[in-house]
Amino acid sequence: MKKKVLTVDDSRTIRNMLLVTLNNAGFETIQAEDGIEGLEVLEGCNPDVIVTDINMPRLDGFGFIEGVRRNEKYRAVPILVLTTESDAEKKNRARQAGATGWIVKPFDPAKLIDAIERVTA
Amino acid sequence: MDMNEIKEIFFQECEEQLAELESGLLKLNDGDRDPETVNAVFRAVHSIKGGAGAFGLDDLVAFAHVFETTLDCVRSNKLEPNHDVLKVMLKSADVLADLVSASRDGGSVDESRTRGLVKELEALAKGELPAGGHEAPKAAPAAPAPKAEAPAPTDDSGFQPIPFTFEGFGDDEEPAIEGATYEITFKPRRELYAKGNEAALLLRDLSRLGEMSINCDMEALPALDKMDPEASYFAWKISLKTTKSEDDIRAVFEFAEWDCELEVKVAEENTSDEELPMTPVPFDLSILDDSAAPAEEEKAAAPAEDPAANAVAAAETATGVAKAVARAAERKEAAAPATPAAAAAAAPQTIRVDLDRVDRLINLVGELVINQAMLSQSVIENDNTGTSSINMGLEELQQLTREIQDSVMAIRAQPVKPVFQRMSRIVREVADMVGKQIRLVTEGENTEVDKTVIDKLAEPLTHMIRNAVDHGIESPEKREAAGKNPEGTIKLSAKHRSGRILIELQDDGAGINRERVRQKAIDNDLIAADANLSDDEIDNLIFMPGFSTADKISDISGRGVGMDVVKRSIQALGGRISISSRPGFGSTFTMSLPLTLAVLDGMVVTVAGQTLVVPLTAIVETLQPETSAIHSFGATQRLISIRNSFCPLVDVGRVLNYRATQANPVEGVALLVESEGGGQRALMVDAIQGQRQVVIKSLEANYTNVPGIAAATILGDGRVALILDVDAVVAASRGQSLKPEMSFAATG
Repeated sequence: MKKKVLTVDDSRTIRNMLLVTLNNAGFETIQAEDGIEGLEVLEGCNPDVIVTDINMPRLDGFGFIEGVRRNEKYRAVPILVLTTESDAEKKNRARQAGATGWIVKPFDPAKLIDAIERVTA
Repeated sequence: MDMNEIKEIFFQECEEQLAELESGLLKLNDGDRDPETVNAVFRAVHSIKGGAGAFGLDDLVAFAHVFETTLDCVRSNKLEPNHDVLKVMLKSADVLADLVSASRDGGSVDESRTRGLVKELEALAKGELPAGGHEAPKAAPAAPAPKAEAPAPTDDSGFQPIPFTFEGFGDDEEPAIEGATYEITFKPRRELYAKGNEAALLLRDLSRLGEMSINCDMEALPALDKMDPEASYFAWKISLKTTKSEDDIRAVFEFAEWDCELEVKVAEENTSDEELPMTPVPFDLSILDDSAAPAEEEKAAAPAEDPAANAVAAAETATGVAKAVARAAERKEAAAPATPAAAAAAAPQTIRVDLDRVDRLINLVGELVINQAMLSQSVIENDNTGTSSINMGLEELQQLTREIQDSVMAIRAQPVKPVFQRMSRIVREVADMVGKQIRLVTEGENTEVDKTVIDKLAEPLTHMIRNAVDHGIESPEKREAAGKNPEGTIKLSAKHRSGRILIELQDDGAGINRERVRQKAIDNDLIAADANLSDDEIDNLIFMPGFSTADKISDISGRGVGMDVVKRSIQALGGRISISSRPGFGSTFTMSLPLTLAVLDGMVVTVAGQTLVVPLTAIVETLQPETSAIHSFGATQRLISIRNSFCPLVDVGRVLNYRATQANPVEGVALLVESEGGGQRALMVDAIQGQRQVVIKSLEANYTNVPGIAAATILGDGRVALILDVDAVVAASRGQSLKPEMSFAATG
């Protein structure tokens, strides 16, 4: 069975890159454009892992991660933060919100797949 | 989809983000302090940086990074976005746009300008800091260099970024150090599991570094009834024989290090065996995976009775309850087909279509309209009752054709916003160059018009804007001396008016210097020295060929293009342009353009035996003149009185030289039209045949430009009919000839 990845990112460019990278690596990919949509899509898509951006309109990555962790059903899903933010404060916030790990942009397909493999069985 | 396509998407997205950035900055400039505006501006730059990084566009990344850092200061209220700050930011937005274009088209950018702005941005980011403040936002390095690579301390607050690498995994890049043995103590806290990390997975990764043996410490495990399913009770002592360094080992725990106690040390020779009597075992991972295991070879190698594996399994059972519950739920749902929510999320909301395809469709629909009209006509000719089912079917066909046509046109309709936004940059740059203070106000940017019209509008508009900044608006000193606000205003507006788009460019400058314009026209032999011209006529001299090239008023707007070229490009779009000016108060350019270049609602009329089409949008009303309403005025002019006002009568047949003498107005029909310069005219035609939608066929492309004629069309009976250029005809009736470039020379 294919592993399912939910990606949340407001950038069309990054969404497309994620889609291509993940599909090529044999994942099933479901995409959302911001935190609100991410939480909506989460219900019923049962991802094995979530990859999310931080800076997004409507609901940012921090809020989204907190939302997932509050959800009884999905709170144990690993969440990787995909963001250019490299300063300690942002990452600390993501961690406190409940992020499992992170991938520092620039986007690199190999890094992404490795990180996903790392947090999923 | 390949990387090139994604890159294309990236550049498209950049355009959108740049537009977002600029409009956000302009809002801030107008005093908007909505945090969401600042966020949107920040996100725009951030997004460009993110995508650029993925494509290795380093220059773009570097600049975006500096820009973003400064914007972050605004976002965190460390920097007040006053006008000076925004001036720098708007310029930075321009540079960012240049860098994007350069990355896309391979051009070069003004590097000294970029460097200058980097300095300015960095100064802004620093400027607001309290002296010696340690909370300093980074002083914006030229590139977003990865941060220090030192291993992060296990200290809870020391959340230090480490570039994510997997170099440690089985590659042979590093020189093999003779297999050192490490002793690792790993005790997860409950937070580790709460954040979706999993001890077993970390141990799996660790096992890939070398030969590993595990000892699980279950001391803390309470009795079952006292057990908290989400607590962490196990600790592991691991002995790892590996060629990797300690950093590589710690890197495995990168995501987990602050949620566990971790100790890594090199084992002393021969002591480890005594203290940790363990049999090295292959690490079985397959038991972790309760769905189909992706790694079959690992499964095959798994000795089921292995104590270490059991320990791991125990960890899984004891601490991963939440996970197990989630997985159970997942299994249940996985059996169900994909939910609609997921499907909907994956569905794109827009599609990108090659413009050529749309154009082909438009062209085909145009032919369809003609075909349908011809069909209708022949049916009418053969069936006079008008009641047959064929007739009704045809009527429906006509409606459908019409709807198809509207829908196809709507595909091409775009708001003028992008073009307007480009103008604000031009105003900024030119104003800077000539030392003027100018504010651009735009109105009606969401007015939609055919994409072709938009594309072709940019160039003439740019030229006019440069003109307005350079010649229109005076220097701040002059303005102050004249009692005006030292900051000039240029207003650019768009609106729909009677089926056309009306674009106005208004400045509050000095207006046209008529003496100078007149003198220049005389010097250039455009008019006779004693020509008697009205103010309006003088103003419109600037559109004459050869006016601006002979004696440039200044260089900035010169660029070898005169207003005659602007006028020609507007005309080529089926548009018209005129200027009105008030000395001391400024000038207004008015452009009227068709919404689409493909079809037109027209009134089919007969003039001197010819069939002509008059654009319906121009016609206010039609009337049958009575003898008593016609008044002569001067030698040849005639007026018609309509509801107590007088309106000049224009014989179309005479203007187009279809006949030598004016026809008797009482025998024809008058079409009351509103002309560009305002004011009404009554166009005399012989008879009205009917109203019809016609497909425009360019006369210029197929034949040549004919004064007074806008285009041609093919009627239902297959004959060609000319489409009247109402404004040109009206202008001609005002004493100007149909060939404006000859009119004034002839006057003398």
